[in-house]
Amino acid sequence: MKPVGAGLGAALGATAAVLLLASCGGTSEGATQQPPSTVTVLAAASLTEAFTELATAYEDAHPGVTVEVSTGSSTTLAQQIAEGAPADVYAGAGTGALAQLPEGYAADGGEEVLTRNVLEIAVQPGNPQAISGLTDFARTDLDTVLCAETVPCGRAADEAFASAGITATPASRELDVKATLAKVELGEADAAMVYRSDIVAARDAVEGVVIPDEENVTLDYPLVWFDEDEHTLGFVELLLGDRGQQVLTDLGFSGR
Amino acid sequence: MRRLAGSSALLFALAGLGVALVALPMLGLLLRTDWGDVLDDLRSPIVWPAIRLSLITTAITLVLALIVGTPLAWLLSRSQGRAGRWLRALLTVPIVLPPVVGGVALLLAYGRNGVVGAPIFEAFGLRLPFTPVAVVLAQLFVALPFYVLAVEGAMRSVDRRFDAVAATLGASPTRVFLRVALPLAAPGIVAGAALAWARALGEFGATITFAGNLTGRTQTAPLAVYVSLQSDPQAAIALSVTMLAVSVAVLGLLRGRWSG
Amino acid sequence: MSLDAHVVTHRGDFAVDVAVQTDPGTTVALLGPNGSGKTTTLDAIAGLLPLDGGHVRVSGVTWADAHTVLPPQRRRTGLVAANHLLFPHLTALENVAFGPRSRGLGRSAARARARAELDALGIGDLAGRRPTALSNGQAQRTALARALATDPAVLLLDEPLSALDPTTRAEVRAGLAHRLAGFAGVTVLVTHDPLDALTLADRLVFVEAGRVVQSGPPAEVVARPRDAYVAHVVGLNLYAGETRSQTLVETSVGPVVTSGHDHVGPSWVSFAPAAVSLYPARPGGSPRNAWECTVRAVEIVGQTARVRLTDDASGEPVVAEVTTASVAELRLQTGATVWATVKATEVTAYPA
Repeated sequence: MKPVGAGLGAALGATAAVLLLASCGGTSEGATQQPPSTVTVLAAASLTEAFTELATAYEDAHPGVTVEVSTGSSTTLAQQIAEGAPADVYAGAGTGALAQLPEGYAADGGEEVLTRNVLEIAVQPGNPQAISGLTDFARTDLDTVLCAETVPCGRAADEAFASAGITATPASRELDVKATLAKVELGEADAAMVYRSDIVAARDAVEGVVIPDEENVTLDYPLVWFDEDEHTLGFVELLLGDRGQQVLTDLGFSGR
Repeated sequence: MRRLAGSSALLFALAGLGVALVALPMLGLLLRTDWGDVLDDLRSPIVWPAIRLSLITTAITLVLALIVGTPLAWLLSRSQGRAGRWLRALLTVPIVLPPVVGGVALLLAYGRNGVVGAPIFEAFGLRLPFTPVAVVLAQLFVALPFYVLAVEGAMRSVDRRFDAVAATLGASPTRVFLRVALPLAAPGIVAGAALAWARALGEFGATITFAGNLTGRTQTAPLAVYVSLQSDPQAAIALSVTMLAVSVAVLGLLRGRWSG
Repeated sequence: MSLDAHVVTHRGDFAVDVAVQTDPGTTVALLGPNGSGKTTTLDAIAGLLPLDGGHVRVSGVTWADAHTVLPPQRRRTGLVAANHLLFPHLTALENVAFGPRSRGLGRSAARARARAELDALGIGDLAGRRPTALSNGQAQRTALARALATDPAVLLLDEPLSALDPTTRAEVRAGLAHRLAGFAGVTVLVTHDPLDALTLADRLVFVEAGRVVQSGPPAEVVARPRDAYVAHVVGLNLYAGETRSQTLVETSVGPVVTSGHDHVGPSWVSFAPAAVSLYPARPGGSPRNAWECTVRAVEIVGQTARVRLTDDASGEPVVAEVTTASVAELRLQTGATVWATVKATEVTAYPA
């Protein structure tokens, strides 16, 4: 369900941004005109906390600038951009969704790796079922949940199980990573394969079981910007700089 | 006359806008369908299990709705006191409730830590979430009220003197229900069943929240549409067109009633 | 089979307290204006309404009292309403067979019984028709057959003829009279048509505002009404009064001279509309009862006219029946003033 709402929010946010830009005569080349100005950012759901914090920081440092952050499924956001939704910055979870973006998408801007994330197993506080690793996802006496095959955390989990030669028997493949985690938070599932950043964000509601590096799958978070407006570049610099990277690391991401 | 013509033009424009708001999305679906490949697209591995699961679960939902909903509708239609009014209000809630909220409510009732779910899990080790049973429970939660309220309306419009005459002829309340109320309310029952079935078929929010999403087990057609939209949009469109066709077929069943 | 019913119910402000007793094989007619409690009484006997007091006993068996309440399906009643209420999804035969089937008779036995009932009412050839394919009269006969097919102890007829046109009504009334003659149970007939009551009933019970105002054999009630509504129904002028002497009663319409009576105290005085003569001025001579009246309405029925008057002195209504020739002669139009007279020999006085 979440991507629907987030997608709609993104569309509305983007529309609002367009109207705002149009109303003050701003153009994509508009470095000549000073604020008010808006940077429209579409980001993967797992970046919600980090981007909200950094957007506020940027707005505080640049009065009159608005950073609109819409979050949702990386794939859905990429499709929306392909369908013409306005965006200055896109940050996805995994490089897979980049294929959905239009040809030559970074021609007027640029692309960098923002950060990385690794898989981790979310379990109930205290780990009552003594879950220790990937093999527990093959246990039929447990309810385990994974992300859907179509979202990055689901693809990464499938990849990890395939290379470990394990046939997982999930009870459900949830539509996004937050819904997957929520099933453990609500006590309906014993274990969920999510990203470390999600477990950090959930604080005490769940506990993380680390997956050894050799079994783990790393997910690159690509950062794409579509123009070189002053504040687009300014926000990109904040993300890639020390401040941005520190915020991401604190939230469980693994750095660039 | 000019004024009249002007205002009627405005009315037509607004009415036309209303038609467009409803018709355009469906038109879009039909125009974007790659008709040559629809059959191939329907062979996507998630499509058939989803359709099969939807047909089976909605059929079970419908049968359960008929079995428990019809007597409930009958008793409601013959109730006069405050209890009946409260019960009717209670049944209206799932109709206006956002389905996701319904899903959360179902989890809190039948989940492993739920009011009903926890004792069942303790006693039998049975877990309802993530099972087809949960799919049926979610569908019943949203569809049963539609059925009961539609059938209650039909039964309420049947003259109560028929019940009275049947009783004086020696018919027990059960016989009155089976031999008089049911046949007299039959058109309403058919309409209510079609509505409830369509509602169950389209159920998404409560299902994804409560039953989860696993191909062949809890992934119903609407869930499959949503999931495949991200990986295989053509399969999603083919599945959507199939559901549109099924919905239109149900509408055809109802048409006799609406066109009077 | 005899009926002893005392129906006491309260619904909001409306209270009903009606007693009906009748002997086996007889028909009692409940008459009264709309909303007087007639249908309530029937429904209570049938068990469709709970009693708040009183009792219903049939041939000594208690159907309802303070301790016992039989549900409708366990009482032996047959109900026919103004609207035939035939089940629309069943044929005439299936409708009639419904009762016997409900009471445990086998399928073929119930159908045989139903066919016999339809034949007895002369509509056996309509057995296969749905109610929508029956005329009102046929449908009402079918409803009667359905009510009789369960051998009810009490047959409840709730204005069974009121929805029929006059010709059909006469036909169905005749059929009903014929069928009731052979019926062993008790019949309670609710009507406000005096003709139904007089031709079908052995006993009349007049109900007004939930109470019995008069009851008795038709001949007695017709001769000696004791209530304005009853007098209206049987077509008599009626006034309450107090005897003053053996030939004088002081009434609401003034002193009335009678041909003689032997009671004292509260009294009713009645006379027929045909006994009233109308004159343009106060007549001299023998008539001692004369009132100056204003004409309110004139209805012509064939060769006679019913003239509705009010007595100018007391405001009481007086109904006169005169020839149409008199109407022309006296120029009787609304608002005209005439003198109404009644001979003492035409006036009946009886104790209230």
